[in-house]
Amino acid sequence: MMVFTLAAHELRRLFLSPLAWAVLAVVQFILAWMFLAQIELFMQWQPRLQQLDSPRGLTDIVAVPLLGNAAIVLLLVVPLLTMRLISDERRGQTLSLLISAPLTMTEIVIGKYLGLLAFLGIMLVLIAAMPLSLLLGGGLDLGLLAAGLLGLALLLASFAALGLFMSALTPQPTVAAVSTFGALLLLWILDWAGGLAESGESALLRGLSLLRHYESLLTGAVDSRDLAYFVLFILAFLVLSIRRLDSDRLQN
Amino acid sequence: MDDTLIRVEHLSRHFGALRAVDGVSFEVRRGEVLGFLGPNGAGKSTTMQMLTGNLAPTTGRITLNGIDLLERPRAAKACVGYLPEQPPLYRELTVDEYLALCARLNRIPRREARAAVGRAKSRCGLESAGGRLIGNLSKGYQQRVGIAQAIIHTPPVVILDEPTVGLDPIQIREIRALIAELGREHSVILSTHILPEVQTVCSRVLIIDRGRLVLSESLEDLNRGLGETGLRVAFEQPPADTAAIAALPGVTSIQDLGDGRLRVCHGPDAEPAAALARLAVERGWGLTELSPERRTLEQVFVELVHQDGNRAENAA
Repeated sequence: MMVFTLAAHELRRLFLSPLAWAVLAVVQFILAWMFLAQIELFMQWQPRLQQLDSPRGLTDIVAVPLLGNAAIVLLLVVPLLTMRLISDERRGQTLSLLISAPLTMTEIVIGKYLGLLAFLGIMLVLIAAMPLSLLLGGGLDLGLLAAGLLGLALLLASFAALGLFMSALTPQPTVAAVSTFGALLLLWILDWAGGLAESGESALLRGLSLLRHYESLLTGAVDSRDLAYFVLFILAFLVLSIRRLDSDRLQN
Repeated sequence: MDDTLIRVEHLSRHFGALRAVDGVSFEVRRGEVLGFLGPNGAGKSTTMQMLTGNLAPTTGRITLNGIDLLERPRAAKACVGYLPEQPPLYRELTVDEYLALCARLNRIPRREARAAVGRAKSRCGLESAGGRLIGNLSKGYQQRVGIAQAIIHTPPVVILDEPTVGLDPIQIREIRALIAELGREHSVILSTHILPEVQTVCSRVLIIDRGRLVLSESLEDLNRGLGETGLRVAFEQPPADTAAIAALPGVTSIQDLGDGRLRVCHGPDAEPAAALARLAVERGWGLTELSPERRTLEQVFVELVHQDGNRAENAA
């Protein structure tokens, strides 16, 4: 399968650059810091929680905030990983190697996307390893954790799709990174505009906000509406990327 | 079987109002090396990008190895190896890794990929560079890697956009020898600015100017045309009447260049130099200079491109 050849090539290229290693190290360090802070908090609250007979446990207090914070950190980091996907190839003229090869534009885009997803998958496993390590000494709500991890995975896949599209738009990697970051942040805070009023527009804005759909998964509610939102988001930007690359060849 | 590997019919590409390529048609048969000449911005690279599927033509048809490029792009592209103007190299890979990737991209099965990489390397003189990072190679070696990439799947059609740019004279000779070798089993299209290169490796010449084809001739025919030559002579006491020279066998015309110099034009097979020298001694004209003149490909190129420019200016 050509798509997997391309994906493997993309992943390999990511790891050949120091950027990928730096990103993994920095993200892991920051999230570990946050993770340990949450554990500290849990230790302080633990006696009171027992007195109150509260249902909130380790997963609620440690794992869910960790995943919430991871989303914010990765919102900053993913644009740096996606910025070079296509813009670099366009700049280095290596795109014509792929286009001259017997590949369709769809295969090129999907291959690159899967390569990046593989990298984000590795990052996700490293992040998941932190809360899972608590299983050594305590009990976790695995269902809640799984819903949260699914949410983070879908969120990262959406970040990557948007980043890929931005990278297809411009030959300047930094422009791609800034645009991706701006677009993601806007989608993140889109529901602020609606305020608390229950008008039609605010419902629409909430429906488009990345944060809202992620938050509902973090509460452990796997709603098909949220899943559909992420899947449509990813597909839309992949199709736009393919169209964008195709239009380079066609009449302008 | 039809031996025409590349067939281009009425190919045009417009960029807005600019007609980068305008109604170009040509064919290349197996075993031909086509030299593609033209001034900067004439449309050479655009044509090559269209032939390799990197640009879609505005109008026209391209058939590669009997397969229509626009209808079945994947099958047609599998028949082409392409070296763009700037070699498409991943600087962070080693030569072996890069060529292995190219082999896979061109659908060479995994077990045959290693042999294909070895073959491409040995053809391009890269045996000793396999483990080196492409980014650390010299320009000449990078160019070779670019050519190795284009021929790794032994495509019937090889398209090289200025393959000898940036190479030293020895490397240029080697690459020319490689192109000549490729030309025996594949069709090769080669664009270049270097005119002697065309004369040494190509079997046919296309000259393109402002998107239009101004010359398409086999090198043999072209050389025959170039055979129409002359002699440049200078005398101390130039003869007032050149009728005696015009009467020499083979002489077709005489031009006075002033300052006692003449250009004596003669047919391709005539050799009037000896007779002319004898005549000059007999008449005591004091021959000081006698040199053969050949029309070069360069002159043909300049004339065609120049004429065309004038025509365009007149039209404007």
